[in-house]
Formats: sequence, structure tokens, C-alpha cells
Amino acid sequence: MPGITREEVAHLARLARLELKPEELDHFAGQLDDIIGAVARVSEVADQDVPPTSHPLPLTNVMRADEVRPSLTPEQALSGAPAQEQQRFKVPQILGEE
Amino acid sequence: MSDQIIKLTAAETAAKIASGELTAVEVTEAHLARIEAVDEKVHAFLHVDREGALAQARAVDAKRERGEKLGPLAGVPLALKDIFTTEGVPTTVGSKILEGWIPPYDATLTKRLKAADVVILGKTNMDEFAMGSSTENSAYGPTGNPWDLTRIPGGSGGGSSAALAAHMAPLAIGTDTGGSIRQPAAVTGTVGVKPTYGAVSRYGMVAFSSSLDQGGPCARTVLDAALLHEVIAGHDPMDSTSVDEPVPPVVEAARNGSVQGMRVGVVKQFRGEGYQAGVVQRFDESVELLRELGAEIVELDCPSFDLALSAYYLIAPSECSSNLARFDGLRYGARVGDDGTHSAEEVTSLTREAGFGDEVKRRIMLGTYALSSGYYDAYYGSAQKVRTLIKRDFDKAFEQVDVIVSPTTPTTAFPIGERADDPMAMYLADLCTIPTNLAGNAAMSLPCGLAPEDNLPVGLQIIAPVMKDDRLYKVGAAVEAAFVEKWGHPLLEEAPSL
Amino acid sequence: MTTTTDLVSYEDALASYDPVMGLEVHVELGTKTKMFCGCSTALGQDANTQTCPVCLGLPGALPVVNATGVESAIKIGLALNCEIAEWCRFARKNYFYPDMPKNFQTSQYDEPIAFDGYLDVQLEDGEVFRVEIERAHMEEDTGKSTHVGGATGRIHGASHSLLDYNRAGIPLIEIVTKPIVGAGERAPEVARAYVRELRELIRALGVSEARMEMGQMRCDVNLSLMPKGAEKFGTRSETKNVNSLRSVERAARFEIQRHAAVLSSGGTIVQETRHFHEDTGSTTSGRVKEEAEDYRYFPEPDLVPVAPSREWVEELRAGLPELPLVRRNRLREEWGVSATDMQAILNAGALDLIVATIDAGADAASARKWWMGELARSANESGTALDELAITPAQVARVTELVAKGDLNDKLARQVIEGVLAGEGAPDEVVEKRGLKVVSDEGALTAAVDEAIAGNPAIADKIRGGKVAAAGALVGAVMKATRGQADAARVKELILQKLGVEG
Ligand SMILES: [Mg+2]
Ligand SMILES: [Zn+2]
Repeated sequence: MPGITREEVAHLARLARLELKPEELDHFAGQLDDIIGAVARVSEVADQDVPPTSHPLPLTNVMRADEVRPSLTPEQALSGAPAQEQQRFKVPQILGEE
Repeated sequence: MSDQIIKLTAAETAAKIASGELTAVEVTEAHLARIEAVDEKVHAFLHVDREGALAQARAVDAKRERGEKLGPLAGVPLALKDIFTTEGVPTTVGSKILEGWIPPYDATLTKRLKAADVVILGKTNMDEFAMGSSTENSAYGPTGNPWDLTRIPGGSGGGSSAALAAHMAPLAIGTDTGGSIRQPAAVTGTVGVKPTYGAVSRYGMVAFSSSLDQGGPCARTVLDAALLHEVIAGHDPMDSTSVDEPVPPVVEAARNGSVQGMRVGVVKQFRGEGYQAGVVQRFDESVELLRELGAEIVELDCPSFDLALSAYYLIAPSECSSNLARFDGLRYGARVGDDGTHSAEEVTSLTREAGFGDEVKRRIMLGTYALSSGYYDAYYGSAQKVRTLIKRDFDKAFEQVDVIVSPTTPTTAFPIGERADDPMAMYLADLCTIPTNLAGNAAMSLPCGLAPEDNLPVGLQIIAPVMKDDRLYKVGAAVEAAFVEKWGHPLLEEAPSL
Repeated sequence: MTTTTDLVSYEDALASYDPVMGLEVHVELGTKTKMFCGCSTALGQDANTQTCPVCLGLPGALPVVNATGVESAIKIGLALNCEIAEWCRFARKNYFYPDMPKNFQTSQYDEPIAFDGYLDVQLEDGEVFRVEIERAHMEEDTGKSTHVGGATGRIHGASHSLLDYNRAGIPLIEIVTKPIVGAGERAPEVARAYVRELRELIRALGVSEARMEMGQMRCDVNLSLMPKGAEKFGTRSETKNVNSLRSVERAARFEIQRHAAVLSSGGTIVQETRHFHEDTGSTTSGRVKEEAEDYRYFPEPDLVPVAPSREWVEELRAGLPELPLVRRNRLREEWGVSATDMQAILNAGALDLIVATIDAGADAASARKWWMGELARSANESGTALDELAITPAQVARVTELVAKGDLNDKLARQVIEGVLAGEGAPDEVVEKRGLKVVSDEGALTAAVDEAIAGNPAIADKIRGGKVAAAGALVGAVMKATRGQADAARVKELILQKLGVEG
């Protein structure tokens, strides 16, 4: 397995939306490299013909009926909002595409 | 008087309230006074809800006066891990990113506690987002171990275990993703149970790793844990992963402790390098005790357990990287950098950078890495296969034994700061607890003595098959009774007074 | 966005290249509640009145699957001739987006509920083209942002945005085609016909109203060209959110012309998303995918697998309604109309109205005649949809009944319809109020016929001489004299009788 570079940490931080400081990049690169190096052992079983387990218990088909339940009031919904306007969550300009 | 109240077990407290010997308000006030007196030193609570607790207590007393039937834990105070949402009461998950957040809804567990008239004293400290084994990762400062305030109380639920050990509450709630109920119980000389995955609703429990997280009871005795277990467990239609089966008869089991004729497994993989001598010694004595009590001891080989820690440190971070994406500074919680010069995207990155601590960032990046294209199969995919192998090892083991025992954690409480910047060393604390999280079955930790070298508590772990949680209590109660008889008192009485 | 795009003519493009299309359609289901919580999906409510901890992504909240959402997905899959998975899971698609509260979309990845199907679509001239379906999977919609402070509500130049999560979590079914090859110059037409057919099918299933103008159905058009005869697909562009049938066709056509211009001048196509502009019919560059999106899909741990029992699937299959193409072919045969006429009926949105009119008692030919004639004209003039006219199929059927009984002739019937549309009441009321009844009093008619013969001796002579066709002029005179309220056929009969000619 390849080691984790500073650039890779920067890429991961971008994907995860973390504005890491330059010193953090180095710090984390070393630590993540250690951890990945240690846990990479799991790939020993990569070739084995074993089904993966994503859920600890074998439950299936847990569903609810299509029945309306009470919603929060808009006041409750917005109660934690850092900013609001016109009963909506107010956020800075979205750098979308156009 | 107050001193005697706080030493009572939950069962005794409930009985005295039911009989009128004590009022719920007296009990609550005694615990609030204890918190007032010692929590400055211990720092078990992030938020004490004095008014809310007293209001609940008054309601219990009123109920009794009206002659209404009280539940088995009515009026008993409880310390709630700050990971469960509480309507109108702050919930931070030990993180700056949720500082000041007041949820508009109660977790299912919170609702059940209230419905059972349990008095919620407040919210306890924890490693940020339950990531850690020492509670040092709390954004609000560490919690001290009541046995030695310079040492960790375990984690992530160190606030809950410390509150119990320091007699600030007879009951507490924890959550266990890799050992966060059991390891704190072990290092504080208290009892903690991770029920079968899906036994206790996760609705309203802030997610760390969805397929591993499980809430559970913490207490000072096995019976108290069982009484609390019965209150919080049971099917919840709001949690799709909730088990739709009757709760196993845990209270009955705790009242009828016995290991006579049981087959008890000892796993080869749960010993060796990294285990403190005093821990191994107390564990071996516990196995001997079980034999004396009539159990048959069976040696077990579970080879895939050696890969459990690695699989865990891929699965938990992967799930957390996704679960924690919602903390973006837009809808609730902290927001950083909204000064008119930054876009929403930048504000999200700045908020997350400032709002999350190092361990959380580390795990988010680790998970992001493990799930990214090109690495998924080698890391996340393989970890899921390991999970299957571990389940198979357990299945095979439980064909031969009724329960498995092991040390809960390889060492006693380590000094605060010792492993703070060595994540790998920290992760080893969960070596023995993690396999059950991966497989979904139930486990308990209870005290089995003090390690001779440091006079700190050692935990004995009991592991049962899926939905056989009652076996934990049956065995636990027997072991607890035998030890108390041997020591002449509960272990906690040896703790220094605060 | 003012840069002009080089295009080559459509004919030239097709002379050198073969288009390959992929269509991704998102359909918002018409369930009462959202996909993973019990919040209402009703439209037009105040902002953030239909949210809860689950669809707001509050810490601790957990999803629970809407059974009707799954049922609708299976119905759509069956109608698209798909296999229905015996076991499948939801997956998380991880990316940050302010409209999406959890910053992941709960979707399906490599285990869709329906896969490997097809949809036969009929082109204008009746040719049937088979579009292969890759998959249909379940997912959830996002909230809605409003951009404030910039020009005309666009993101560009906005000072801030306002978020409403009423739509967040509404169930979506994403339907993805396999690459559509071999359509050649008809590719844009195929795209349009496919989306139309899909819309009809969704409506027939009753799982959504699929109104594109309301965003209940949205189409992404992926297009690439390969040199004629080649087998390897070219680089594609993804034109997002093309939200009308006409736009789907135009977007495909534009991209064919644009790709051809780039390729024939030696350039390379950039893999990117593009935006379609209704006003100009063109597309412009959106986001360039410099690195493949890394969505880090993994099985949704908060939901358990969906394993539809075969009994359930068969029960749903047995309950499927007649599918649109089958129904259209049946009706076409029953009514005896050509493919082109049927197409015109469809385009006019008249099919269901005609069927309802027939069900209310009219004969097929009359029902068709009125809806495609008088009523279509009227709708056209007032700029409304046919089904929004102030007349019901039952009322149209009543008019045809009055005509059949001889109480009305065509001209009077038109006046009755005009009256109904003007809000004067039901057909019988209009007949009453306007006094529109065929003059059937033989005495009055005979007098009018006599008068007409007397007034036009030359014509009368021609008729007597055997030129029966000339009778039309006398009929016209009688009709005029009776202000149209005579039965023209009866009038003609009387004239011929009077003049001693056999009809
Ligand atoms: Mg999609
Ligand atoms: Zn909702």
C-alpha cells in the first residue's frame, strides 16, 4: 500500500471540507500513514471468497406505511439556525455552477 | 443523610421512594448537592439540568401521593451521556461544533427514561463524537477518574462512568461503538453493558458509526444495570435497525445469578503482549472463581479476532466521515467565517476546521480515504469481510460455550496526557471490546478487583450471543456476589473519598 | 455566457457521425410522505413547514423507508420490463451540497431495485424504437435554494442564499437508459419520444403526475458522437435538467451539432456538465469534471436491505394497468385511425378526453371530431390546454347525442359548445336559452322550401333537369331563411320531392 503524502492529506481534507492549516497537513500525514500502515492488514482477506457484512444483524424489509406524521414547526426547524430570513435558513453565497 | 442517599443502589433508592421512606426530590437534591461538591474536580457533567431534574422529581412524588403505581426506577437520578438529544436541553456530543445547540426533539431513549420517571440530572462529558478511549478528546476538557483524578476515566463515556464512581448518580447511560461503555466501566470499577446491536434505539443518539453504535446501561451493580436495561431496550419503529423482538429477561437473570453448569469460553487471542500483569492476574483469578462457582472452562481459538482492531479502524472512520458531513455550519451549531467575504462552501470548511478536534478530523480523513475509489475494496471492502469472519468465529465459539470471558481492557486507567498524541497506542485500549461491536452481540464489564501494581480497578468482560443479553446478567450477578463476599464490600468502597 | 458556440449543420453532423445518447430521468413520486420520514409532500406550502429531524438531517435522526415508495419503484421497474432485485440496499452518495441536509444523498448504487429492462417508444410516423433500460433506483430529492441579492435570482452575483427543505427527502426514482445507439438522425426525436412515453407510463401507473413544468420529472441528456462506423463511444457531455419534451429534443440536436463542430475541426470534447437554455435552445458549459467525482458510495448502515418477496412482485405485476403504448395501439385499431392521426391526438393531449367522451356515450368518430376540431381550435385560440377548457367529456358526449337524435345539426352544435365554453351552462341549458333547435315543423319547412323554389326558378329548372348537385344552393337558401335551425338533410329531401327528382 502506498504511504500517505501531504498532498493526499490535502486532497482528503478538500473532499471532507476541512480547511486544514499547513502544519496540520504534515502532522496528519505522518499519523494517517501510521494508522493506514497498521490497519492495512485487513487486505489479507481481500482475495478470500467471503461475503461482506455491512449490517451486524440480518434484518430486511423494515418499512413504514405512507402516513403523514406531524412535522416540526418552522420555529423548531429553524431554532438552531446560525442565521435565518423569511422562514428560511440563511447561508452565505453558494459557489454553485452557472 | 445525604451521604447515605448517594451510596444507595438504584434498586434500593427506587424501593425507598416507592415506600415513601424517601422522596424523589430528596434523592435528587442529594445528588445535585454531591455534583455541586465534587464535580469541579471530576468534571463528569457538561450540563446539569437542576430545574428539569427537580421538576421530574416533583412529578414522581406527586404521582406517588396520588397513589399511582410507580415504575421500578421511578425517581432514581441518572446521568445521561451528552450524545442523546434532549428537547430544550443542550446537546454537544463533546464538540465545539454543537456548542449551544438545543435540540427540538427527544431521542427515543430520552423519551423512555422520562416515561419511566427516571430523573435526568444532566448531560455527561465524553470524547468528541464518542471518538476516544479517555474522554481527553472532549472539546470541553477532560474528566478525571475518581480513583485517581490524574488518570483517565475511560472513554468515550468517561463522564458517565466517573459520575457513577463518584456517586453523583446511581445510574448512567453510555454508548458503545468499540468499547465506550465497557472500557470506562472497567477503569472506574463500575458496571457497563453493551446490549445486542439493535436492542436499544439509536434514534436521537448522535451517530458516530451507525453499524456499530449501541446505547446501554451503566450502573454500580449488575441488578441496577438490568433494571435500566429493561427501561431503555425494546423495539423502536423510528430506528430501522432496531430488533423487533421481546427484550430478554435481564432483570430476572440479574436476580438469579448463577454459573452452575455453564460453559464459559476463554479466547486465546485475548491475551499476550500489551496486557498489564495485574490485569492478567485478576482475570485469571476470575476464571478460577468461575470454575469454583460451577462453570466449565473451555479454551477457544478465534483467529480472526487479530484483525478486529484493523477492521474497526476502517469501518468506524468510514461511517463517521459520512455521518459527520451534516455538520456544515448551515442549519445548526457553530458557524465560522460568515463575514461576507466567504462562500457557503468556504464557511463550511472553516466551520469544520474550527469546530472539530484532532481525533475527529483524523478519523474523518481516514474514513474518506478508506471509502475513496481505488481504495474501497482493499480497505472498506476487506474490513467488511473481516467482519463476516469475526461473526463466524463467534458463531463457532457459541456452539461450544454459553458465554465468553476476557479482560475488558488490557490495562488499568492510564495517566491523562500519556497517549494523547499517539493514536495507535490509544486505539489498543479497545482490543478486547471491539470484536463484539463488529459482530453485534452483547457484552458486559464488571469489576474483578484492583491491579496489585497500581491499585486501580480491573474489568472482567462477559460476552454473550446476539439477543442472549440475559446471560450477561446471570453470570455477572453470580460473579459480582462472589467477589463482594470475598472482598467483604463492593469494590468502589476502596476508592479514595473525593 | 455570451460566447457563441460553433455549430455545423445537423445534416453535415449526421453525415459524418453517429450519435450515442444516454438519458437519465428523475421522477418525483406522488407518495403522501417523504421517502424516509413522515413529513407531507404537499406542494405549495410555506417554507420549512414540512420538515422534521430526519429530513433536516438533525444530529441523531434516522431514516425509515416509505413502503409505498418501494412499491412505486417496483411498479415502474415492472412496467419498464426490468428484473426486480431479490435483495438490494440503499447506499450513501457522499458530497457536500447546501440543499442536501445530510451532505449525502441516500440513494442506491450497485444494487438498484430494478435493472435490465426496455421501453418501446413510438415515433411520429409510427415507427417503434426500443430503448434499453439500465436501471431504475430509489433516492431522495434535495431542498430548494433561493439566491438573493444578485440579478434575477441566479447564483451568480448573489449575496446570500435562503434554504427551504420542504422538498428535501421527497422520493425520487432515477431511471437510466443504456447507451442509445443506432437512432442516427432520429436521435433527438427518440429522446423526446422516450421521455414522453415514460411520462405517460408513470401517469398510467398512478405513481406520479410527472409534470415536467413542476419539476416532478427532470431529464439529463448525455450525448456523444463517434465517427460513422466506429464502435468506440466518444467523450460525452451531460446536459442537466432539461425540463420539457421540446427541450429534450432541442438539447440533443444542439449537442450533436456542437460536438460535430468541435470534432470536425480537430478538437476534443471535454467531459462536463452543460446547462440548457430554453430561450436560445443552446447549451453552455457548466462544471468541468477535472477529476472524476468521488462520491465514496457505501451501503447505508442506517437502513436494512430491501428484499421484495416474489409474491409481492407478482402481485404488483398482476395489478399493473394497461400500458400506454398497448392502449394506444388498441384504441387506434378500435377507432380505425392512422398512426399519424393518433400522434396528433397524443400531441394535442386529447387521448384521455376522447376516451372519456366515448365512455360517456359518444361514438368514437364524433368524439374525435369535436376534440380535435372545434375544441382544439378553441383551446388554441385561448392558449389553454385541452383539458383545461370549460367543458367536460360528458357534455361533449351530450352534444353528440343531440346531433345523433337530429335535435341539433353541426352548425347548431358548434353554437352549443361555444355557449358551454362561455359558461352559459350545460348543453341542454344552452339549447334552451339560445333557442337552438332544429326546425322540424314540416309545415314551416315546406313553406320555406316553396319560397326558395319560387325565388330561384333557374336553379329549380336545373334540378328538374337532373342536376341534383344544384340542390345545395336551394338548401342554403332554406337554411338561411330558417337561421340555420333546419335539418339540412331533411330540407334536401323535401326539395327533391317537390321537384319530382329521386335523391
Ligand atoms: Mg440520482
Ligand atoms: Zn421529515
